[in-house]
Amino acid sequence: MPRTLFEKVWDEHVVSTAAGQLPLLYVDLHLVHEVTSPQAFDGLRVAGRKVREPRRTVATVDHNIPTEPRGTPIFDPIAKKQIEALQKNCREFGVRLFDMDSAEQGIVHVIGPELGFTQPGMTIVCGDSHTSTHGAFGALAFGIGTSEVEHVLATQCLPQRKPKTMLIDVSGRLPEGVTAKDLALGIIGKIGTDGATSHVMEYAGEAVRTLSVEGRMTLCNMSIEAGARAGMVGPDETTFAYVKGKRFAPQGGDWDAAVAHWRTLASDAGAKYDSVINLNAAELAPFVTWGTNPGMVVPVTSRVPDLPSNGADRGSAERMLEYMGLEPGTPMEQIAIDRVFIGSCTNSRLEDLRAAARVAKGHKVASGVRAMVVPGSQSVKHAAEQEGLDKIFQEAGFEWRESGCSMCLGMNPDILRPGERCASTSNRNFEGRQGRGGRTHLVSPMMAAAAAIAGHFTDIRDWRFE
Amino acid sequence: MEPFRKHTGKVAPLYRANIDTDQIIPKQFLKRIERTGFGEFLFNDWRRSAEGLPDSSFVLNQPKYSGASVLVAGKNFGCGSSREHAVWALADFGFRAVIAPSFADIFANNCVKNGVLAVVLSESEASELARKASEEAGYQITLDLETCTVSDQSGFTAKFQIDEFTRHCLLNGLDDIGLTLQRESEIASYESTHPVPAAWKS
Repeated sequence: MPRTLFEKVWDEHVVSTAAGQLPLLYVDLHLVHEVTSPQAFDGLRVAGRKVREPRRTVATVDHNIPTEPRGTPIFDPIAKKQIEALQKNCREFGVRLFDMDSAEQGIVHVIGPELGFTQPGMTIVCGDSHTSTHGAFGALAFGIGTSEVEHVLATQCLPQRKPKTMLIDVSGRLPEGVTAKDLALGIIGKIGTDGATSHVMEYAGEAVRTLSVEGRMTLCNMSIEAGARAGMVGPDETTFAYVKGKRFAPQGGDWDAAVAHWRTLASDAGAKYDSVINLNAAELAPFVTWGTNPGMVVPVTSRVPDLPSNGADRGSAERMLEYMGLEPGTPMEQIAIDRVFIGSCTNSRLEDLRAAARVAKGHKVASGVRAMVVPGSQSVKHAAEQEGLDKIFQEAGFEWRESGCSMCLGMNPDILRPGERCASTSNRNFEGRQGRGGRTHLVSPMMAAAAAIAGHFTDIRDWRFE
Repeated sequence: MEPFRKHTGKVAPLYRANIDTDQIIPKQFLKRIERTGFGEFLFNDWRRSAEGLPDSSFVLNQPKYSGASVLVAGKNFGCGSSREHAVWALADFGFRAVIAPSFADIFANNCVKNGVLAVVLSESEASELARKASEEAGYQITLDLETCTVSDQSGFTAKFQIDEFTRHCLLNGLDDIGLTLQRESEIASYESTHPVPAAWKS
């Protein structure tokens, strides 16, 4: 029987299927960060358990760390304690840690792929919802809670209910100025923030096939914002070329064997999905969110929508617009911004920074706007500096900072003040996400850079590149 | 984990759709390294002003809902971040169950691990409970996991679905890590044919 990519990876990882229990799934790679792991390690200690397979466990610090130059003390004592807890836990349990001073530190979903840990066909988990990012390689990757982190540390397995499958088939190529981020926002706008709940999405079609691996990561990253358990893209030559030669990727003869296996993973012709969504790439535009969840999104050339007539929905829309400080009917291009954030596990990789720098080059950030660029990892930062991207940003008036999650969720000192409006390349525009009272609009890196310079949202398709 | 069999408690209505985990427990409170003490910060930015003053219009600040142990919310409750702190905060505040037309997957999993019952009812059933809770002082319901029913004293009754394994774990307060460890021979056998990648061994 023809099988989907998801079904192949799932079947290959089922350890046992005892009656009356959930299927037990083996975990190939467990990524760990400081925020969702301390209680899990504590649980191991209390129960007298150890980490079953430390070699399949990889940790880094990303959520809490300042993006000031490294070596700046962490002033928040509780954040400092959490980072120290991870350092201590990694030492005690023998887990590999890419620590603050490591040249390979970075956002967990950026460093997993760039170090070559993330590989096609793997099962990957992390106590972080954006673990869906790694599905870009044809891995089954999903976020888990801290109790499940403890479960995986102790057993290298997770009891899992088998998710349903959803195919997102995107025909045609993305138009100029329309990026993987816009594709992700377009999909969420179409199906809603719970449109894929309990499903694993598989992205396919020409628009996905022609995306780079980094673009696919952006797309899969946002799967959780549609409620999906995971997002996946079938591995192909683009994928293999990206993985090849990475430090923790298969080497020598192992490489050939691995690629031969990876070639078998793509969904079979005629494989069945529980649901199918069709999109035409030509109909997509650069998007901007206007509300407080990622499904509230319109093309940049559009306006803040009218309030729904229905009672309950109207109430919540009114509340949301009040929070956002917006009136129905306002053209998106007339919305002025105070802050710009280019970064996060969604859009902080080298291609994202190149795209933003191309927009920024030769321009100046609008007066009154504070714009920051936070590379996803130290490796990204280094590579960008080799290309001179840091100079382009700084000459245009952007801040160039150290790697971390930063203002995506504002656990470190990078936050919005109440009422500040931000064009952000991150993944969530929830109330207070970037700082209490902060107003977040999700956009692509090019759109964020253009907004920084214009001082308001502007259509990147009309940009004057210098 | 505390077993969940049958619970009767006061209902607090928070019938909004898409309540995300950033609202349930804002990020400034995620830095604790313990599992306890999060209840104080449950819905912090909705409960309190930036200066820390309580907002008397927010449901959990109203005396009539004091001591509530069942929350009724709108669809897609718990969406967003995987933070289990959201469930720890609800449980620590005193909630034993949440009722909603749908839940985000990771949040629902996290509930089970903490003995919190996440019950899916239809939009009409959930909204009826929310309406009753806002209209009747001290409105209580009973959640029975043995029979998978939600009921009240005035004739409301609804069945809910829950998979057998989850129900078994909740009824018995089981440590599911212990259950998985009982499958050690199968895990070891799987590992013998799926070795750690060579490049990861150094």
